[in-house]
This record gives sequence, structure tokens and C-alpha cells, in this order.
Amino acid sequence: MSDFPADSILVLAEVSPTGTVQKSAAALIGAAAQVGSPIALVVASPGQAADAAAIVATFGATRVLVAEAADVATSLTVPGADALAAAARLVAPEAVLISNSIEGRDVAARFAARTHSALAVDAVNVSRDDEGIVAHHSVYGGSYNVDSAASTGPLVITIRQGAIDARAEGQPLVAEALEVVSSGAAAATITGHTEATVAANRPELRGAAKVVSGGRGLGSEEKFVLVEQLADTLGAAVGASRAAVDAGYIPQTSQVGQTGVSVSPQLYVALGISGAIQHRAGMQTAKTIVAINKDAEAPIFEIADFGVVGDLFAVVPQLIDAIEARKK
Amino acid sequence: MKIIVLVKEVPDTYGDRKLDLETGLADRAANDAVPDEIGERALEVALTYADKNADTEIVVMSVGPNTVPGTLRKALAMGAASAVHVMDDALMGADLGLTGEVLAAAIRRTGFDLVLAGNLSTDGSGGVIPSIVAELLGVPAATNLSSVEISEGAVAGVRAVENGSVNVRADLPAVVSITEALPDARFPNFKGIMAAKKKPFETLTANDLGINAEDESKGRSIVVAVSERPARAAGVKIIDEGDAASQLADFLVQNRLV
Ligand SMILES: Cc1cc2nc3c(=O)[nH]c(=O)nc-3n(C[C@H](O)[C@H](O)[C@H](O)COP(=O)(O)OP(=O)(O)OC[C@H]3O[C@@H](n4cnc5c(N)ncnc54)[C@H](O)[C@@H]3O)c2cc1C
Ligand SMILES: Cc1cc2nc3c(=O)[nH]c(=O)nc-3n(C[C@H](O)[C@H](O)[C@H](O)COP(=O)(O)OP(=O)(O)OC[C@H]3O[C@@H](n4cnc5c(N)ncnc54)[C@H](O)[C@@H]3O)c2cc1C
Repeated sequence: MSDFPADSILVLAEVSPTGTVQKSAAALIGAAAQVGSPIALVVASPGQAADAAAIVATFGATRVLVAEAADVATSLTVPGADALAAAARLVAPEAVLISNSIEGRDVAARFAARTHSALAVDAVNVSRDDEGIVAHHSVYGGSYNVDSAASTGPLVITIRQGAIDARAEGQPLVAEALEVVSSGAAAATITGHTEATVAANRPELRGAAKVVSGGRGLGSEEKFVLVEQLADTLGAAVGASRAAVDAGYIPQTSQVGQTGVSVSPQLYVALGISGAIQHRAGMQTAKTIVAINKDAEAPIFEIADFGVVGDLFAVVPQLIDAIEARKK
Repeated sequence: MKIIVLVKEVPDTYGDRKLDLETGLADRAANDAVPDEIGERALEVALTYADKNADTEIVVMSVGPNTVPGTLRKALAMGAASAVHVMDDALMGADLGLTGEVLAAAIRRTGFDLVLAGNLSTDGSGGVIPSIVAELLGVPAATNLSSVEISEGAVAGVRAVENGSVNVRADLPAVVSITEALPDARFPNFKGIMAAKKKPFETLTANDLGINAEDESKGRSIVVAVSERPARAAGVKIIDEGDAASQLADFLVQNRLV
């Protein structure tokens, strides 16, 4: 018998290779607390797990299971999936919440396949009805809302990064070591890693309240700096169209759209972006959309709350000055 | 080397895609069915390797309805040697777990050294099928690679993650998924299109693969509600006559966005 509450929601708190608890963990625990008792799992290299567990408790986990695995930094996905399987056996949760990050998805996939559990991907929220936990999805670029549930057993849910605003109240740390028996599943080997350099003072794209994105209309990597300047004036994150990414103006992690990041900010500013349907799929749920484009027929204007037909190289510098002036 | 490429057929993303509000399933009649672009890029990785290594056999594989042969024929015309199509009414509306089981069973039956897939489809956008398949096959998965190096007995590449990148390598047999950082696929030429008509094309059912789609002991993802969001309307559009920046700044201030 498990001594965990019947409404336990198991949360896999994501920890970076260097031991930092990822921001997504607070949102996952916030979501779990809305529907049950959040029990967190921390999987980290020996020596790094204790600090991570303490942080996870401040995010609101009522209990923290701690798995130290010597191979987390060298073996892809499998150590996380093995620990999650051990934790789920112990806790018997109603649902398992995992970040819809690249690594999170892989762990969710292996865990769900191994335990024959239902998998709900890229959820933007969770709730509870008479029959259990329900995942809420925003699909086809936000054109539809879909709710899904498990036919039987726990629902494994990956949560879109930046989608959940709820945060739980911090809890005193109740940590316990989790014993993990290795599955022996074959894994890819990690032979090295490089951390991306991010502008320290700029918000992260996922979950940002404001986003300024640039497209092919910026014309070059040098001129793309204008997008960053407007973003910094507004305190916004920087995004891009796929054409801007393909042209090498900015790394792929900043791509907004169908095959990039989906954002739902208060303000989305599109500069030199035509508004192809695949781009719109990643931003059309923004509260307010502003577009600057020299082509009056550009499809981005069909969804813009405020559109400016004009040359962005003339309008944007003036806009920066005008905003600075109004801030005073 | 035997490479299986997983190519999903999807509704064309250049149209407005629809969901059936009764069933929650993709409305396949609403758009043209096309090979998912990322699956074609995965095929391009295999074809590029085959160009330099004559001893390479490429099999394209897909699970889906009766339009899928069009997608697989295109892949054959691009240069794959044979195709496997799993089609079964019992698989209509299959969830991720069931789709993964079917693909894994078909892959095992066909035999492989390397499975190449896209990182994320453009319709389900699950981004999990490659890892599900690897788990069920008991092989390593190197997913989300923005560069791939295939060699005799191993595969290596750079895995792009949110906060940087990771170098990974796996012994074969293995499953690899790629990102759209890898090049666009080649076009089929006339010779390829003619040759495709004679290439082996296998059609399988769930039963052929020993899959029971109705197994109730397994947790399945079920849709419990669907609704359509109202479309967005256009707002103000002004033409810059020198004061657009100032008007836009006023708009942002009024809406407390500054
Ligand atoms: C399967 C698939 C997935 C895709 N996924 C994505 C995705 O995730 N995200 C994405 O963005 N795209 C995606 N695309 C690509 C998409 O179809 C478009 O090609 C892309 O969005 C175009 O980017 P853009 O608007 O920057 O470029 P363009 O369409 O070339 O538009 C550039 C715009 O800049 C304007 N412009 C030029 N100079 C100026 C100036 N001086 N001042 C003002 N305006 C100027 C032009 O009028 C034009 O409207 C995908 C495509 C496919 C097939
Ligand atoms: C809008 C929408 C939302 C959905 N949400 C869920 C959900 O939350 N949970 C759930 O269980 N199911 C869900 N489904 C069903 C799910 O998409 C299907 O089971 C689908 O066949 C596989 O998932 P994917 O397209 O997300 O694959 P992904 O994991 O995104 O695909 C990655 C790669 O795997 C390969 N691949 C995937 N499917 C096939 C195939 N049929 N044939 C050949 N190769 C393939 C391709 O190489 C592809 O690039 C959803 C479907 C839709 C249309």
C-alpha cells in the first residue's frame, strides 16, 4: 500500500545538467496543486539532488522524492524514465506532469510506453471532473480547444512551457530518497554539451508577457538588432519567423509558429513578417497584435489589432523614441 | 545498412485545418493530404547517406488511411527502395501510444539498422513517437538532432535543446529524430516517378502485426470535449505618413502595454 494521498499528482521537476532547477518546475507544481497533492521527483547527479529538492519544496511540493543517478549527465532520457517509473510505482498517482520540453517529452514518451499509460501532450492547463484528471489543449494554432483524459490508469501530461500562471504556496521540505532499479534500456550517450548564451536582462520567449518578433523583412543579422532594441524598450522577449531563422538572423530556439514556439502574450509585435499561416499558428492567441509591414496586403494585417503599413526601418526607430518619451 | 524512414501524412498546413467537432478527430476531407515536410527532410538524410554508400536500403513507412499511398509513392519517387503502409479501420483515431505500438511492430517485422523520423509532426505535434518507438524496440533514441552523422554501426549528432545543445551518439540499431534545421528534401524527377511504380509496396493491417487496437487494459488518450475558438478580426490599419510611430506609441500607452 502506498502511503501517498489518493489524489497524488506526480511532477517531474526538470533539472539542468549542471543541477539548476528549471523554471518549468514551479508551473508544473502550480498546475498539480490545482487538482491534487503535488509530489515532486528530482533526478540529478550525485551531490546535486539535495539543493534541487529544497528549491522544489519552495515551489509547493508537499513531498519530494530524490533520485541520484550517476549517469544522468552521460546517458540520454533513460535515467529519467527509470526514476519516474520507480516513483510512479511508489506513489500510484492520478496523473504525471512533465514539462513539454524536448527532454521532458522524451521522458514522458518512454515512461508512457513502458507503463502503457495514456499520454496527453502539450497541454495548456489541467482540471478535474467526476472521472478524474482532464488535460486542456489548444490545437491547430489555437483554433480549437480540446480536452482529453485517460481511458484507464494515470494520465501522463506534458505541459506547454509558459502556459501555466498558477503557482503553489511553498512547503516545508519533506524529502525522501528514491531507490531506482535501472531498466537496462539502451540509451544514447551524451558526449558533450554547450549552454546557449542568453541576454541576461531579456525575458524568455516561452511565457513572456510581451514579444517582439522579426522576419525576413529585417534583411540581415546586423539589422535584426533593431528587433532587439524595440524588445528592450518594451521589456519584451525576442522572437522570429522561420524565414529569419533560415536566413541565420537568429537561432532556431527563437522561432515562433507551427514548428517553433507557441506564445500567448499580452502584446505581440510582428516586424517585417508576412503572417504566413504557419507563423500565425504560433502567435494568434496573443491578446493584442501589432504589425509593421510595408506591404498593405500582407496577411498579418488580417489579425492585427493595430497595423502600420510602412517601412520598418523608418517606423521602428521613431517608435523607440516615442515610447522612451512617453515613459518619462 | 537498412534505414526505415517514418513519414506521416498530414493536412496541408497552407490551409485552415479543421477538427471534427463531434469526434475531435482531424477532419481529413477539409484539406489536401500531403507528406509532412519534416518526414521528407528525414528521408533526405537517408537519401544523402545512400548517395555515398551504395549498400544502403531505404524503406519508407507510414500508418494512416487510404490516401497514404500517395505520400509513400512520392517517397519512392524520391529514391526510397520500398514502402510499408499500415492501414486499418481499427486504427482510425489511434492515440500516440497505439500509433507507437503499431509503428514499432511494423519496424520489427521489416528489420532495421536505423529508424529516421521527424522530431514533431505538424498536426498532432506530439513530438513523442520516436521515443515511444525506441522504448518499445529496446534501442537507444537520439532525438531532435539538428545535424546527423551516420557511420557503420553508430550515429552521432547535435541535439538542440531549449537552453543550448548536446552532443549525442548511439550504437546501431537506433532511432533518430531530426529537426527542420536539416535541409529540405529533393524533388522527385521523372525517372524516379516511373521507377516508383515498380517498387515493392506492402500494405498491412493491425492484425498482421499482432496488434489488438481494442485492448482495454492499456490506458488510451480519449477526447472528452472539443470547441472551436472564434476567429480573430482585423483592427486598425494605418499608412505611415511620418506619424505612425507616434500613433502606435499612443495605442500602446492607452492599452497599458508600455
Ligand atoms: C511545414 C511548415 C512549417 C512551418 N513552420 C513555420 C514556423 O514555425 N514559423 C514561421 O514563421 N514560419 C513557418 N513556416 C514558413 C512560413 O510558411 C513562411 O515561409 C514564413 O513564416 C515567412 O517568414 P517571413 O514572414 O519572415 O518572410 P516573408 O513571407 O518573406 O515576409 C517578409 C515580409 O517582410 C515585409 N518587409 C520587407 N521589407 C520590409 C520593410 N523594410 N519594412 C516593413 N516590412 C518589410 C514584406 O512585405 C513581407 O511581408 C513553415 C512552413 C512549412 C511548410
Ligand atoms: C490536434 C491533435 C492533437 C492530438 N493530441 C494527442 C494527445 O494529446 N494524445 C494522444 O495520444 N494522441 C493525440 N493525437 C493523436 C496523435 O497525433 C496520433 O496518434 C498521431 O498518429 C501520432 O502523433 P503525432 O502526429 O503527434 O506524432 P509526433 O510524435 O509529433 O511525430 C514525430 C514523428 O514520428 C513519425 N510519425 C508519427 N506518426 C506517424 C504515422 N502515423 N506514420 C508514420 N510516421 C509517423 C514521423 O516521422 C513524425 O515526424 C492528436 C492528434 C491531433 C490531430
